[in-house]
Amino acid sequence: MTNHLISIEEIDRDEIERILLRAQSFAEVSGREIKKVPALRGRTVVNLFYEASTRTSSSFELAATRLSADVINIRSTGSSIEKGESLRDTVQTLTAYEPAAIVIRSPYAGAAALVAQWTDAAVVNAGDGKHAHPTQALLDVFTLQSRLGKLDGLNIWIVGDVLHSRVARSDISAFQKMGAKVTVAGPPTLLPRDIEALGCEARPTLDQIGEADVVYVLRMQHERMQEAFVPSLGEYAARYQINHERLRPGQLVMHPGPVNRGVEISADVIDSEIALIGEQVRAGVAVRMAVLYELLVGSATLAAVA
Amino acid sequence: MTQKLFHRPASAADLLITNAHVLDPRTGIDGAHDVLVRGGRIAEIGAAGALSAGSLPPTARTIDATGKHAFPAFVDPHVHLRSPGQEYKENLETGTAAAAAGGFCQVIAMPNTAPVIDAVTVLRSLITVAGQQAHVPTGFLASITVGLQGSDLSPMAALSDAGALGFTDDGKPVTSAGMLRKALQYQRLAGGVIALHEEDPALSGAGVMHEGAVSARLGVTGIPSISESTMVARDSAIAKYEDARMHFQHLSCIESVQALEYWRGHGARVSGEATPHHLTLTDEAVRSLDTRFKMNPPLRTECDRRAIVEGLRSGVIECIASDHAPHARFEKEMPFEQAPMGTTGLETSFAAVYSELVKPGVLPLGLMVERMTAGGALYGLPIPKLEVDAEANIVLIDLEASFKVGEHGYASRSENCCFHGRTFAGVVELTVAAGAVVYENGKELNR
Repeated sequence: MTNHLISIEEIDRDEIERILLRAQSFAEVSGREIKKVPALRGRTVVNLFYEASTRTSSSFELAATRLSADVINIRSTGSSIEKGESLRDTVQTLTAYEPAAIVIRSPYAGAAALVAQWTDAAVVNAGDGKHAHPTQALLDVFTLQSRLGKLDGLNIWIVGDVLHSRVARSDISAFQKMGAKVTVAGPPTLLPRDIEALGCEARPTLDQIGEADVVYVLRMQHERMQEAFVPSLGEYAARYQINHERLRPGQLVMHPGPVNRGVEISADVIDSEIALIGEQVRAGVAVRMAVLYELLVGSATLAAVA
Repeated sequence: MTQKLFHRPASAADLLITNAHVLDPRTGIDGAHDVLVRGGRIAEIGAAGALSAGSLPPTARTIDATGKHAFPAFVDPHVHLRSPGQEYKENLETGTAAAAAGGFCQVIAMPNTAPVIDAVTVLRSLITVAGQQAHVPTGFLASITVGLQGSDLSPMAALSDAGALGFTDDGKPVTSAGMLRKALQYQRLAGGVIALHEEDPALSGAGVMHEGAVSARLGVTGIPSISESTMVARDSAIAKYEDARMHFQHLSCIESVQALEYWRGHGARVSGEATPHHLTLTDEAVRSLDTRFKMNPPLRTECDRRAIVEGLRSGVIECIASDHAPHARFEKEMPFEQAPMGTTGLETSFAAVYSELVKPGVLPLGLMVERMTAGGALYGLPIPKLEVDAEANIVLIDLEASFKVGEHGYASRSENCCFHGRTFAGVVELTVAAGAVVYENGKELNR
């Protein structure tokens, strides 16, 4: 791995496995009464969030804190970003604090890669536009591995608004690297043209969803109705909602959150045993600790600490 | 006839170019010759070693062009010189210095300035500035609609009388077919060519790159090729119906070339241009999300690129145009989706197309020179020619020498060149425009 985590496409299976092995040991830390290790004591992590976020920002903050780093959280509202400061100028300002890492969430594709050009800090992409969300993909793989052991040969369906989903793009790449077969399904208006180029199959209906071992449900955003991607939430739910009528026994269900209960997924599925949603959130902290650790402390010491 | 090209005063050249490989596809000359320029006109073209500078004034220079090529200097029918209003990106002086450095003797500037060139006063003031600053003869298009808003016709007849070569809302399409039809009808009074940036806003939406496998991977909203091609087809049909003269700017996709070919074959008076970037690059370049590769229309697929090359070869597309679109560094240092569209091109047009298409044997050199000099004639301007008694418009190029784009900076005020860092063959050694030496490699331009 380079000094940054920008997208899953830039790392290979070995690196994913190394991060997740590390995450496993941090998951054990999270189970202790004192959930803190001194790994990043005296180092600064900047969380730079240009988009609303609950779970990603809180889990990055918690991850850095549990590694004993000093954490600065900057959000676009109430900061100089709101006054029109450019991304480059903001990054240069923050770089003056000599942070060890900058975690960035941006509504624009490529923002994290740009930040990496402008700073000596390690850069972690916490979501850039509709492009990539690599730590989400890592925690999704971690969650599946924890439940199923490995992903090789697994059949994973990603269902819903693939067009607008950075989670879908990073998951397609990560699941495939871990040996799974990926199918995307959703309304034809919400499947990107030429998505098959990513090596997945694309289906306009859920007729064959019985093939799936894992159903990964994407959030269906209300604003998509105004943009005429689907006629109504009701029609979407009728054709694409993941509920017990569509699922067969033995299938697992995941969702990156936040969920729209009763839209893309039924409330009873969310609250059932087959849903891994809570495990995904828990995995988020351990995986982000592992990412920060790998980038800032490095793999050289991996054996010694493990 | 109203004057349509404007440049600053320059002293007429007296020059003997010896032993150049002189190539002009229109006059048929193709071989080693001497070229004698006296008082800014081509006085003699003779066998290599046959001419002497004896008839020239003592101050005249002799240039040994052994191993170099002399072509008629190039014409760029599509450049953005950003004046008035955006001089921090480019102005007439820097933009035409870039043109001179690229071997051009005529450029045509677009009207999407601030204010827009939609009024005689704006055009007149620009013409005045061109008369003081432009290194090479510069022509201007005025806007079709007031403020590029697509709702009211600009005073086309008055603008034409004041010196506009034609009309375009470049940067934007004329979305309303009814509006475009009125402009075409009014063209019968005003004259001039109607040039169109073809794009259907409803299909482009918030797109910022070509819609295809690369945009699917990047999660960046795409602009489908049909956004352009459906408008080329629609507007060709309207041009045919009104028997109007229409030119399509910067064609980017195979469907547009097909539509242009179809309608030309059915009697529409339509023409087209292609840019060096659409001729040599594809959306694969955008994978890096480098904003230098963000332009409108976007870089498309290899299939589209080949169709543009084939269109240029067959003549369906008549000319090469750079769509030189300078932007300041701080504007391009943005995430891809936020950055403005456009690449500079005046200083790399020849070298890019030569290195990528002529040198590998895809296009003949003579054909490329023909396409690099044809853009002005589409707007009624004289074609630069290497023949006796013609005004001297000559570019001298070393095809063996190569250079790294941007290594020594740019003559343009901006550096957003999609070929930045590439090594290209074809170094411009000398540019003579309208009878005056306007560029010499390695020499500081007289600014």
